[in-house]
Amino acid sequence: MSATVSLPTGSRARRRLLMFEPYLYSAPALLLVAATTLIPIVIGISYAFRNIMLLDPTSGDFVGLDNFRELLRDASFWNALKNTVVWTASCVGFQFLFGLILALMLNRPFPGRALIQATIFLPWAIPTFLVGMNWSWLLNPAIGPLPHWAYALGLMNAPDNILSDPDYALWGPIFAGIWWGTPFFAITLLAALQSIPREIYEAAEIDGAGGLERFRSITLPFLAPTMVITVLLRTIWVANSPELIVVMTKGGPADASQIVASYVFTQAYQGLNFGYASAVATALVLLLLVYAFLLIAIRQTMLGRR
Amino acid sequence: MRGSPRVRLIKWSLHYGVLFLFVVAALFPLYWLVKISLTPNDSLYTHSIDLWPATISLEHYATVIGNSDFLLFFRNSIIVSGVTAIASTLLAAAAGYAFSRFVFRGRYWIVGVMLVTQMFPLVIVITPIFSIFGPLGLTNSLTGLIIIYTAFNIPFATFLMQSFFDGIPKELEEAAMIDGATRFKALLQIIAPLTLPGIAATMGFCFTGAWGEILFALLLNSAASTSTFPVGLLLYSTRATIEFGPMMAAGVLALLPVCIFFFLIQRYLVQGLTAGAVKG
Amino acid sequence: MASIDIKNVRKDFGPVSVLKGVDLAIASGEFAVLVGPSGCGKSTLLRLIAGLEDASSGEIHIGGRRVDDLPPRDRDIAMVFQSYALYPHMNVRDNMGYSLRLKRTPQARIAEIVGRAGAKLGLEALGERKPRELSGGQRQRVAMGRAIVRNPKAFLFDEPLSNLDARMREQMRFEIRKLHRDLGATSVYVTHDQIEAMTMADRIVAMNAGIIQQVGTPLELYDDPANVFVAGFIGSPAMNFLTGEARRGETGVALSVGGKAFCTLPQAVAVPEDGRVTIGIRPERIRIGVGAGQAVEAAADLVETTGAASVVHVDLAGQAMKIFTTERLQLSQGQRIPLAIEAKDVCLFDPAGGGRLR
Ligand SMILES: Nc1ncnc2c1ncn2[C@@H]1O[C@H](COP(=O)(O)OP(=O)(O)OP(=O)(O)O)[C@@H](O)[C@H]1O
Ligand SMILES: [Mg+2]
Repeated sequence: MSATVSLPTGSRARRRLLMFEPYLYSAPALLLVAATTLIPIVIGISYAFRNIMLLDPTSGDFVGLDNFRELLRDASFWNALKNTVVWTASCVGFQFLFGLILALMLNRPFPGRALIQATIFLPWAIPTFLVGMNWSWLLNPAIGPLPHWAYALGLMNAPDNILSDPDYALWGPIFAGIWWGTPFFAITLLAALQSIPREIYEAAEIDGAGGLERFRSITLPFLAPTMVITVLLRTIWVANSPELIVVMTKGGPADASQIVASYVFTQAYQGLNFGYASAVATALVLLLLVYAFLLIAIRQTMLGRR
Repeated sequence: MRGSPRVRLIKWSLHYGVLFLFVVAALFPLYWLVKISLTPNDSLYTHSIDLWPATISLEHYATVIGNSDFLLFFRNSIIVSGVTAIASTLLAAAAGYAFSRFVFRGRYWIVGVMLVTQMFPLVIVITPIFSIFGPLGLTNSLTGLIIIYTAFNIPFATFLMQSFFDGIPKELEEAAMIDGATRFKALLQIIAPLTLPGIAATMGFCFTGAWGEILFALLLNSAASTSTFPVGLLLYSTRATIEFGPMMAAGVLALLPVCIFFFLIQRYLVQGLTAGAVKG
Repeated sequence: MASIDIKNVRKDFGPVSVLKGVDLAIASGEFAVLVGPSGCGKSTLLRLIAGLEDASSGEIHIGGRRVDDLPPRDRDIAMVFQSYALYPHMNVRDNMGYSLRLKRTPQARIAEIVGRAGAKLGLEALGERKPRELSGGQRQRVAMGRAIVRNPKAFLFDEPLSNLDARMREQMRFEIRKLHRDLGATSVYVTHDQIEAMTMADRIVAMNAGIIQQVGTPLELYDDPANVFVAGFIGSPAMNFLTGEARRGETGVALSVGGKAFCTLPQAVAVPEDGRVTIGIRPERIRIGVGAGQAVEAAADLVETTGAASVVHVDLAGQAMKIFTTERLQLSQGQRIPLAIEAKDVCLFDPAGGGRLR
């Protein structure tokens, strides 16, 4: 944030008018965001307590916690919840691992670095829907090589499409997600790495620290804050993003690859059961809140222990 | 990297070897997309897993371009993404300027609201937006999509623009104001020209975001006449008889505008990420 | 040309009070230098005059007109920033002509005025260059040119020379003074460099912690400082301060340092009850050797020489003191030397408040 500038002044009345200048600049953006996000969020939560069917004009009554009761009995929801954990943990975990390796390798100058870097970052620029479609084609034995290769390597019994296998369907979107999200971590971690002053490494080297020792005592402590923040935010974002699943499996077969976010979407899109969809979405918000509070609590106890 | 020449050679080979694997992994899916799109129909299924196409033909591209639906989807997407990019950048520039240059009451609340909307799962607004937009005639309309895409892009774009404004010394507009300009004039004549690269980058980010969005596009615009390219392509892929060739050619076409923007905004990737690390 | 009057101006940033009631009258055509340590509020005062900040209370008048409520553009002043704030995307000529363009001056007239200002500053050959293609000194000149072109009622300078090297600074100091002589415009010049203040000012305004300490000509501040702050801030090497005692006697007020007689002042001088005082004396007013006044003995510690002159560090009854001399001395450490001190060169201060005792 840059330093402040107080308002230029006019006559007393104009001066008061100019007090509103920052509000004039920020109001259009704020109003639009409020009208299309904030207010709908509130409305959406209120839907969770109503019986709203899109094509049924008689619906709309308040039903209290009925939607939530149904939710607790809904096996698909529990399965989606389990899948959300698998999906988020594998996506973020592998993206982070590969991103860290890449960032460390790209941190020092070497011939061809600029080109390699641009190439490796390319997947991040591909629109999500196309990432999803691209990977479902790669996984499709009619047109893609991956099942055949997996079969040749003995990883599969037959060159089948894992997207139609209830046991493995979720892994299709996970592969796509890792491919797409790794550059994000690489870029973020690379930026953090490059902000570590070179002199510190040189000082450590003069003090006799080896490569591994330098990584442990300099790189890790410097990277840790960025890593923690990025992983936390990324976790929320990935858990909230159903695009790849919607595009690649629509949550199928038979809800086997559904995560909570995609379950909301399919409920709204196919079921037209807005009340129930909103209840699922509200549950997702609550879960994320719990996650956030847990993180804050863990942070507090860790700070307290120091 | 230190060590004897032998050790150094091994280290460097390992370095390039691993990077080579990453490059291959990054490029292979895209290569496959292009490969299939160039493989003529008669060898498409018989040679589907050959690494190189036996023959190359542009027939699938001809099919796509000759298909009026795809042209329509393409046009819709260009309109939606273009207007979204311009609108969200304008609004975000104004708000980002306010955040960068003024301290005012309620500022932290406004920033807070924008941050919170970034953290909420978008799926929760799907049903309410559908119910609100329906009566307003904003479903099955490009305007409806433009409005929500603009709103969704604004928080991120605002933080990005703010970081660009923060990089411009405030003395510049102070000098202009002493020279006789109003603040608004100083913004237009002094600050805006200096922020042009930033404005272009922000537009690029917003364009790309709108270009690839699929959830709201699917839900709000079911009519073919207002479908965007992603929706068109997705629905095409779920038809009974799938023609992979034309579909992949269409995918390559969908990639083009994004790739152009990627190379234009590459330099700003890191800045974009630090400004709004929340967003992908 | 206009006077600037500042009446009881206060400025708070939230809970922090930066200017605590400033009163200052700058005459038309005067070159006033605001000097003080970093963070004392100099820039803030200048920005209040320019209209870039609003005063929390008080009044500001330029040329007899109250300007508190006018935006910067209506105050008819020009400002030179420390960072120069040249418009990076405009060439030198457009930078200088921007204010005229805003006033819708005809192109030909702009070219004429900018040309004249450029000639005065030696910028004729640089008209097409962008700021990034200029050296620090040239940028400085363009910033000056941009100010001159306006023909404003007053010039405000905020540490305009602090980004230049020592030699360039000396030259620009001289040029700014000459420019002021030619234009005769009221100028307020902010610096934390007391040499700049001494050499350039018609009048110096010494500030500390948001309060004006003393206003006067350079020599008034130098010879007759109002308090310890001004005495210590103005002059290089700085004035010596010794903790001593004053006792009123038959012949006058006798000063002693560490029990040893130092000097005797006339009866007229005020002395606090307990007799404890801070004694101030400028390094160049101390002579080494036995003179007409009383002789004080000190032990030599170290000699620093610049060639033209030397600074001798001595120890006087356990307190460090500096002596500035143009003589070339060979002194060994611990050597005892007599010092001649004259009563008229001694300033007395109250150790409690720092105020001058007269
Ligand atoms: N916009 C602001 N918000 C809060 N505090 C401020 C602001 N501007 C200045 N200050 C504070 O006011 C005090 C005086 O600042 P000012 O810039 O006037 O100092 P200065 O005398 O010009 O110092 P320097 O010689 O370092 O430029 C400082 O302590 C500074 O931190
Ligand atoms: Mg200052």
